[in-house]
Order: sequence, then C-alpha cells, then structure tokens
Amino acid sequence: MSNWVEVCATDKIDEEDVIRFDHGGMTFAVYRSPDDTFFATAGLCTHEKIHLADGLVMDDIIECPKHNGRFNYKTGEAKGAPVCVNLKTYPVKVEAGTVYISL
Amino acid sequence: MSHIVIIGAGECGARATFALREKGFDGRVTLVGAETHLPYERPPLSKEALLHGHAPKLVSELAQYAEAGIEVLTGVTAESIDPAGKIVRLSNGVILAYDQLLLTTGARPRPFPGLSGDNHRIRTLRTHGDAVEIRNALQPGKHLAVIGGGFIGLELAATARKLGVAVTLVEGLPRILSRGVPEPIAAIVADRHRAEGVELLCGARIESLSEDGDAAHIRLADGRTISADMIVVGIGAVPNVELARDAGLAIDNGIAVDEHLRTSAPDIFAAGDCCSFPLSHYGGRRLRLEAWRNAHDQGNLAAANLMGEGATVSAVPWFWSDQYDLTLQIAGMADGATLTVRREVAEGAFILFHLDETGRLIAASGIGTGNSIARDIRLAEMMIAAGVRPDPDALAAPGTKLKSLLAA
Repeated sequence: MSNWVEVCATDKIDEEDVIRFDHGGMTFAVYRSPDDTFFATAGLCTHEKIHLADGLVMDDIIECPKHNGRFNYKTGEAKGAPVCVNLKTYPVKVEAGTVYISL
Repeated sequence: MSHIVIIGAGECGARATFALREKGFDGRVTLVGAETHLPYERPPLSKEALLHGHAPKLVSELAQYAEAGIEVLTGVTAESIDPAGKIVRLSNGVILAYDQLLLTTGARPRPFPGLSGDNHRIRTLRTHGDAVEIRNALQPGKHLAVIGGGFIGLELAATARKLGVAVTLVEGLPRILSRGVPEPIAAIVADRHRAEGVELLCGARIESLSEDGDAAHIRLADGRTISADMIVVGIGAVPNVELARDAGLAIDNGIAVDEHLRTSAPDIFAAGDCCSFPLSHYGGRRLRLEAWRNAHDQGNLAAANLMGEGATVSAVPWFWSDQYDLTLQIAGMADGATLTVRREVAEGAFILFHLDETGRLIAASGIGTGNSIARDIRLAEMMIAAGVRPDPDALAAPGTKLKSLLAA
C-alpha cells in the first residue's frame, strides 16, 4: 500500500536542482532533473549524514556538499569513494502541479 | 606478478590502493603504515572524534582490504629505499621488491622552535593517539592553551569550548587565519570564538614554553605568562621527506613531483601532503597542500598513473573548516587577486569571489552556518577550473544563478 505525501508545487524546485523535504521525523532530498522529471532519495549522505539538498546537482548526479561523494539520484547508486553505500530512492509522482513522494 | 608498494597509510595511500583495484590492477599491492590502526580519516580528530571520543573512522574496513587483495602492514615504517635495486627495507626486517613505488608519507606537526625533551603537557595533534591524549586532558573546568590560529588550532579551540574547557589561543601574527583566508571571513571566525569565551591573543610573541608537574606555561615577550593544563601547538606541518631525500629523490618543499605525480626517480611516485607539485591553473607554480580532498584526489590520480594513464594534476585547491556551527570553504588561491566581490548567500552567509587583473576567477572563499555556502563554492571551483571571466556584478547579485556563469 503506497502512502503518497505531498512535497511541494513543481515550481518550487528549479530544473537541475534539489530541495530538502522533512516528513515524519525523516529527511528526504527531492530533485528536478534537467529534462524536467522529479526524483526523491533519502536526504542524508551515506558517508557522514550530511544533508544532500545543500549539494550540487549536475545532470543525473547529486554531489554531497561536504566531501563531494556522488550519487546518481535517479537510481541511488553511489558513484565511488568516499561514498560506497547506495542511497535509498522513493517513487515520485506529479499531479496538478504538485510533487508527491511515496514513503 | 607486478608489485606496487605504497608507503604511508593515510587517506591518500588507502585511496590509491583501492583505486588501483577499481581500475583493474591485478598485481600485488602492499600498503605500509607506521600507525597501528588501519588508515582512518583525520579531519574528525579536531572535531567530532575529539568531542565524542570516537574510535577512528576507518577509510575502509579490514574485510575490504582482504576482499580487494591488498596487503596492509600496520605499525611498520619504511627505513630506506634503493631506487636502483627497486627495493624498500622495512622496520620489521622485511625487504620488499617493487615494480612501482608510491610515497604517501604525509606530514607531521611542525614542532615548536627550540622545544625539546619529553613533554606531557605540550602536545601536537595529528594522529588518533594524539586526539585520545588531548581528550583525556580536556575535562570540564580545565584550561587549554592553543598555539597557532590556523584551522587545527581553531577547530580544537571550538571543540574544547563544547567540552566546557577554558581556552586561550595565542597567535603570533596580527590576526588568525592569515594564511589563505580573507580578513572579513577571519574576522567572523575570531568574533565567534570570542563570543564562545575563547581568549584570543593575536600578535603575541612567545618567549618560551615550559611545563612542570601541574601545568604548562607560555611566557610571552611582553612579560605575561599563560598557565594551562595542556598546551597544544598547531603551527603548521612539515612534509615527511626524509625517506625520499635519503634515497636521492629531488626535494622542494616536499617530495618534488611533476604534473603526473612522478618523482625524480624512475617508477617512484608521490602524492598527498608529502609532495609539492605544479599547479596548472596558477601558471604551474609549485605548491604543497595539506588537505583531505587533495590527499583523496591525488590518491586516485597516482593510481591512474601507476596504471600508465598519464593523467595530469589539474585540481583546484579546496579546503574546509568546521568551527561551532560555522563552516568555511575555500576554493582556489586568492593571492594575486585585484578585485574581490561579495555575494550574500543567506543570513550570515556570504562568499568572496577573487578575480585577477584579467577578470579571471582565481578563488572563492565563503563562510556560513552548516553547508549554506557549499554549493556555490563548488560551482566557483568549477568556474576556476574552467578559467572563466564572469561579470563581477553578476557574481555579486544573489539573483544570478552561478551555474549560468560557468560558460562565461
């Protein structure tokens, strides 16, 4: 059973950018890709628990602001040292200009 | 089977060993380290590890070395290298024959001039063992004196305040962070330390250090004496070049390497804190960096070149420091800047962009709480690497997306 949670209006996230979203005691990172698709991952880097939403999005990659650990935010894949544990990803949908993630 | 030996088991050496495997090297890899721990991350030693007394945060777990087929020799030092015979003699009597050698011997704290003998209350901070000793002395109500207003000393001061320790920090120059941090940012850091109760003495000339059974003492040239339970000296680091120098390798403020991290000897590379290298984005000037990111990146680069890739050092120097809830980050080298523009990022967070006389962005320095300036500094780093000449007004305007200036 999926539990869709409203994140924000689509225009609150710039293209090729990310925002932080906190819900239910958890923190997430919600992305808008350069080709205008939305994605969501766990909010904290798997290396040092840093908020990824302070990091830089380039194409499919989110880079941690602290040690430049890189993940593919579409798949959660860790792209090499210092990060070696993948990010959890969450399904995202857009309805009527609003972004939802499934927890 | 081809054998690569790596001397020095810090971030750089450890990264290089794994990078060799990631790149498909299937020969023998031996990593030799003087400390008894597996390679661990040093940045937390002045911060979280000191605050919480954490065990060292390993770069990789023991099982990962085994899985990657990496032989790690801990608690062992290299005593000599014979570049002609291509062998390394170790302190445990073992002689390793290598096909290629990588020196990642790091740096050690610069000792206080003239200080000799076995001091218990006058220390430096470099290793996990140092951090344990310092932490044991930092009980609430104790008094710590720090010598040197650089990153290490200031981070240590901030951590000590969190532990309820009284702190006096003595800096010989007129202000803290005079090496590489612009004055407006250093001023914010200094104000914060004072607000947190650190006694900051800048422009203080130290006459002598001494210790007795109960305390350590700093005698200043103006006649004052500061007595504390412990003194930590943080006045920089010196590269560990002795092994290389004794083997006849060229030394120039570190083990001298070329843009491929090659030393002057065949089949010997050096990387990380121990080496000086030509910095391509700054006219090839020779520089040695003492920074986690440089150690990490050069470990990767050295591995690539041990594999014959011929990759070139092209990184932009990048540093960070965490003190209280403030983070400062610096990308590039600001000396030689003729114009500095300020960009407000958020409440209390700003970035200074430094441009040379041709309008090229050569450095960016930022400060703010948490990681508020990280993204823009990262973009600045990419702009520096790309050699762009951005419009100064656009840099200063908070509404301008820095990404849009990357192609300028």
